[in-house]
Amino acid sequence: MKETFIEFFTFSYPNITYVVVGTVLLSISSALVGCFTFLRKKSLVGDVVSHAVLPGICLSFLLTGYKNPLIIVAGAFFTGWLSIAALDYVVRHSKIKEDTATGLSLSVFFGLGILLLTFIQHSGNAQQTGLDAFLFGKAAALVGQDLIVFGILAVITLLMVLAFFKEFQIIAFDQQFATSMGLPVKSIEMILTSVTVLAVVAGIQAVGVVLMAAMLITPAATAKFWTDRLQVMLLLAAIFGAFSGITGAFISYAAPAMPTGPWMVMVLSFLALISFFFAPQKGILVRLLRQRRIRRKQLEENLLKAFYAVGERLGTFDKPLTLDQIGEKRSFRPEELRIGLRRLVSHGYLRRQQSDWQLTADGLSKGRRVQRLHRLWELYLTEYLSIAPDHVHEDAESIEHVITPELELELERLLDHPIHDPHQSVIPSRD
Amino acid sequence: MNALIIIITGALVASSCSILGSFLILRKMAMVSDAISHAVLPGIVIAFLLGSDIDSLWMLAGAGAVGLLTTFLIEFFHQKGRLQTDASIGVTFTWLFALGVILLSYYAGDAHIDEACVLYGEIAYVPLDLIELDSGAILGPKALIVLLFILMVNLVFVTLGYKELKITTFDPSFARSVGISPSAWHYALMSLVSLTTVGSFESVGAILVVALIVTPPATAYLMTQDLTRMLVLAVSFGISSSILGYFLAYVLDGSISGAMATVAGLQFAVVFIAVKQRNRAIIRQGTAPPLEATKVLH
Repeated sequence: MKETFIEFFTFSYPNITYVVVGTVLLSISSALVGCFTFLRKKSLVGDVVSHAVLPGICLSFLLTGYKNPLIIVAGAFFTGWLSIAALDYVVRHSKIKEDTATGLSLSVFFGLGILLLTFIQHSGNAQQTGLDAFLFGKAAALVGQDLIVFGILAVITLLMVLAFFKEFQIIAFDQQFATSMGLPVKSIEMILTSVTVLAVVAGIQAVGVVLMAAMLITPAATAKFWTDRLQVMLLLAAIFGAFSGITGAFISYAAPAMPTGPWMVMVLSFLALISFFFAPQKGILVRLLRQRRIRRKQLEENLLKAFYAVGERLGTFDKPLTLDQIGEKRSFRPEELRIGLRRLVSHGYLRRQQSDWQLTADGLSKGRRVQRLHRLWELYLTEYLSIAPDHVHEDAESIEHVITPELELELERLLDHPIHDPHQSVIPSRD
Repeated sequence: MNALIIIITGALVASSCSILGSFLILRKMAMVSDAISHAVLPGIVIAFLLGSDIDSLWMLAGAGAVGLLTTFLIEFFHQKGRLQTDASIGVTFTWLFALGVILLSYYAGDAHIDEACVLYGEIAYVPLDLIELDSGAILGPKALIVLLFILMVNLVFVTLGYKELKITTFDPSFARSVGISPSAWHYALMSLVSLTTVGSFESVGAILVVALIVTPPATAYLMTQDLTRMLVLAVSFGISSSILGYFLAYVLDGSISGAMATVAGLQFAVVFIAVKQRNRAIIRQGTAPPLEATKVLH
C-alpha cells in the first residue's frame, strides 16, 4: 500500500501524470463553473447538458465515421447548447414549469442519444468501440490526443471564468440590477451557458453522463457551507474539486478494478456530507444546537417572566409560588416545566422551598427585565407604528428575548422614559 | 408475438409512469423522480448481491425504501441545511448513483446486471424471461406480470386517493385544514414512484423512466386544464410512444427504450408547436384569451 502511494505521488509513470493532470484540470474547471450555476439556482442545468451531449457525440461519429476528438467535441457542444436553448424556450413560451422542462430536455435528448448510440453499435462499424466510455466515463483512458483536447477545453473554461468573473458575479447575484445597469445580460447568460457546456464536454469522457452533474454541483454546494464570499467560495470549490480528482485517480490506480469517476464523486460527496453536518457556521448540527439554545433561553425567560408577573399581581416577590399559580399565568408543558425549573435553579435564579418555588434576587431582576422589555416594545409598536394595543402582544413575545441593553436604552429614550404600557400596566423600572 | 409482448411491456411502463408523472409535474417535482430513478441503483445492486431476483417483491420493497430515503434526504438537506432544492437534488442522487456504480464494478462478476443496462435497460429481452409454474406450465414473461401488478397498484392508488391527491397537489394548506396530510400523500406518491422506477428498471433503465414520467404528462398538460383529461391524455401519449417507439427502433435497429423517449419528445414538440400556433391564431382574431393565459392548473 505504502509503495503504491509513493509510486503514485512521485508520478513514477508518465501515465499517472497524465491522468492526474487531466482529472485535476477538469475537476477545477467544472467546480468553478458550477459555483455560478449554483448561485443562479440552476444547478441541474449541468445535469441536462451532460445528458444532452450524447446525441451530439453520436451524430459527429455518424457523420464522419470515426472518432475524431475535435469533431466529437463540436457535436457535443452543439447538442449540449441546444438542450439549454430548448429548455429556456419551452419555459418562456408555454405554461410548462422549469423543473418539468428540465426533466423533459434531459431525458428526451438522452433518449435520442441512446437510440443513436445503439444504432451505431449495431451497425458493425469497428471504429465505434469506446463510444460508450462517454456514458460511464473512463478517466484512465485519458491519454494522448484525447488528453490534449480535453485538457485544453478545461483550460479554456478556466480562462473564460477568470475573464468574465465580474459579469458572471453580477448576474449570479442580482440579475435585475445588472439589467438596470444596462449590462448585456442576455449575452452574459449566453457566455455562461457556453462555459457550462464547455466544462461538461471537457469532463464527460472522464466521469460519464450521470456523474458529471456532481462535478458541477457538489463542490459549489459544499463550499457554500463554509463562506458567503464568492472569491472564497470559488477557491474552496476548486480545492475540493482538485482533491477529489487526485484521490479518485489514486484509488483507481491502487485498485485498478475501481472506476475513477464514481470515486471522485464519492470523495466529493463525502466532503459535502461532512460540511452539511459539521460546518462551523451553517452546518446542520450547529444550526440545531443554536436553535435548541435559543428555545431554552426563551423558555427560561418566559418562566422568569411568569414568576415576576404573578408576584406583581400579589404585590410581593417574597412569597414562594406553587406551580399552579405559575400555570394560571402561562401554560407550560410538564416536560418544559421540569427542564426549565431545574436549569433556573442551577443558574441561581430560582430557589426551591418544599414544593414551592421562590425567585432569587438575580431571578427577580432578570424576570423584571424581560417584563420591562415586553412592555416597552408594546408601547413602541403602538406609538411609533400605530398598531392597535390588542395586536402587539404576539410580536413582543418574540422580540423581548433579543433586545440588547443598548436597544433597551434607545427604546427608553425614544419613548421618553414611560411609566405605563398600552394596557396601562406599569413598566417596571431598571434595577 | 415477441413484438406484441415488447409493445405491451412498454405500454405498461408508460401507463404507470404517465399516471404518476402527471401528479409529479403538477407538484413541480419532476426532477425528484429523476433523482429517485438514479438513487435506487445501490439498492438494486445490493438486492442482487443478496441473491434476490430483480423482479422479486423484496427487491421492489427494498428499492421503494431507498427511493423514500432519497426523497427524505433531499427534503432534509433543503430544510435543515438550507441548501437550495436544485443543489440538494443534484448532490443526493449523484452520491447514491456513484455508490451504486462502485458496488457494481466491485462485484462485477457476481451481479448479472451491466452498466449500460442500468442507464437504458433492454426491453428486447423481456419475452425471453418467463415465469414457469411448478407444474411446468408457462405463466408468461416475468417483467410483463410484474409491470401489470405495478400498474394495478398505481391505478388503485390514484382511483381511491384521487380527491386527496388532487387537493394536496393544488392547495396543500386547504388540505391540511380539512385534515388531509400533504406530507403523508407526498411520501405515498413517492413510494409508488420508487416502486414503478424499480419495476421498470430492467426494461427501460434509469433515465428513460424519467422520459416516460415527464414527457407524456407534459404533452397532456399543454392540451388541457382538467386533471382527469390530463391523466387520460398522458396515458394515451405514453402508450402511443411505446408503439411508435418500437417500430422506430425496429427500423433503425437501436434501443427500444431510447426510441420510445425520442418519440415521446417528438410528440411533445408537435403538440407544443400546434398549441403555440393556435394561440397565435386566437390572439390575432381577438376572440378568446389564449389557452396559456388562463392558468387554472397552476
